[in-house]
Amino acid sequence: MPKLPKLPAPPLPPPLREPPPRPGEPGGKAGPIEEAKAAGINVVDWVDERTSLSGAGRWLMFRKVPKGTNWFYTLGSATMFAFLSQAVTGVFLAMYYRPDPAGGAYESIRYVTNEVFLGQFVRGMHKWGSSVMVILVFLHMGRTFFFGAYKYPRELNWVIGVVLLILTMTMSFTGYLLPFDQRAYWATIVGVNINGTGPLIGPYLSDFLRGGSEFGATTLSRFYAIHMLLVPGALAALIGAHLYLVAKLGTTAPPWQKAEKRVELREAEV
Amino acid sequence: MADKRAKQKSKYTLDRQIPGAFDGETVTRRRFMTGSAHTAGAIAAAAFTLPALGFAVGPIFKSTPVHWEPVGPVGSFSDTNYVPVVMTVSPNIGEAGKTTVYVRKFNPAIDTDPYDKGTPFIAISSRCAHLGCPVRWVDAAERFICPCHGGVYDLLGRRVGGPPVRPLDRFYTRVSGEQLEVGPRFSVNSELRRFSPRDPGEPIDGIGQYLYPSRPGAQKL
Repeated sequence: MPKLPKLPAPPLPPPLREPPPRPGEPGGKAGPIEEAKAAGINVVDWVDERTSLSGAGRWLMFRKVPKGTNWFYTLGSATMFAFLSQAVTGVFLAMYYRPDPAGGAYESIRYVTNEVFLGQFVRGMHKWGSSVMVILVFLHMGRTFFFGAYKYPRELNWVIGVVLLILTMTMSFTGYLLPFDQRAYWATIVGVNINGTGPLIGPYLSDFLRGGSEFGATTLSRFYAIHMLLVPGALAALIGAHLYLVAKLGTTAPPWQKAEKRVELREAEV
Repeated sequence: MADKRAKQKSKYTLDRQIPGAFDGETVTRRRFMTGSAHTAGAIAAAAFTLPALGFAVGPIFKSTPVHWEPVGPVGSFSDTNYVPVVMTVSPNIGEAGKTTVYVRKFNPAIDTDPYDKGTPFIAISSRCAHLGCPVRWVDAAERFICPCHGGVYDLLGRRVGGPPVRPLDRFYTRVSGEQLEVGPRFSVNSELRRFSPRDPGEPIDGIGQYLYPSRPGAQKL
């Protein structure tokens, strides 16, 4: 029997038709709530489509870590957060600080401490945070040393870490002068003269730090510029390099972690 | 293989069969372009790096102008004990730029070393020769004593104890009318021989004077 072509169904009159899905129902157009929900994803997608950053993010964040990884491995991140805290509080302290050796510097610090809302707190965070950062740097260094994490192929990361240690010390040294009270002044005199005791280049180094042969009008602004522009830039860049190498090379297992034997070898031993 | 390399080594672009080569041309246009781009970049970077560096390093080579400061009438100093006077070593920074100088009249019974002949007044800097803290003349002990790390000096400023590496620095003095004036600083070694001023912590006995050179801007003695 020859097959007859199937004819389309006659159109239904509008009142009998099924209503289209409402916004928000499955199959319906997106309502404002759905669009708001998708907005964040859309923004991230927009950026990612133009930068391919999500791959880098996944590479950095989702790494395999060795068995036995423990709390000691958080000391590096702790140091970095101490640095970030110093950077943030330092930026806001710079809004009030005046590097004026003829009394203005001391007065501006006194103003921050005694008059500004939360000034004492923010300055305290910066002051005590600097000690915390130095302590954390040394703990992190000790962890790396005692776990043998400086060995091949991570020697370069150790070298960068030592430079970061020196830069952190430079930050502590230059920052100590800024309150410009008696302690700051004399500690800096002593510190600069300790630099001067290095043979041959020592005298030139202390002249460079002071900006002249005596502690003078530009010494304080010189220390301030080194403290808040020169060294933080170098610190941030080197922390980036340090982190890149950590992500690239991975972390080491603690030294007490024994390598697991392969299953077939384990059975043969029994 | 060695043959092929040797052939490519010819310095003439014509020999290397580069299209459009000139007779006698040795640098390809590609290398020339790369080289000039790098040179231009290096010049641009040096144009802002070198002046900035010189700007920061410049103070090392700057000579400090000689400055004489009146500290009091000649009659107010004795030849047996020190009188502290205050002078400015670093202008425009208020209190932080001032320093104490201990002044005493020349006394032939005490100042027997040959280098002090002909100086009517002895002016000793209060800057400790260890690391620069301010020393204090203690009358009862007849010693200069440093509060920071325990440096002790005798009446002539020579080290008698503690970590300092040389005697206390001194200042040139001169009499102008009725006023005593204190001038530029100089350092002395353990025999009180005079040297251009050195920073604290820098020994100038023996090899020390070469290991710790005077600053380029200092007037040589």
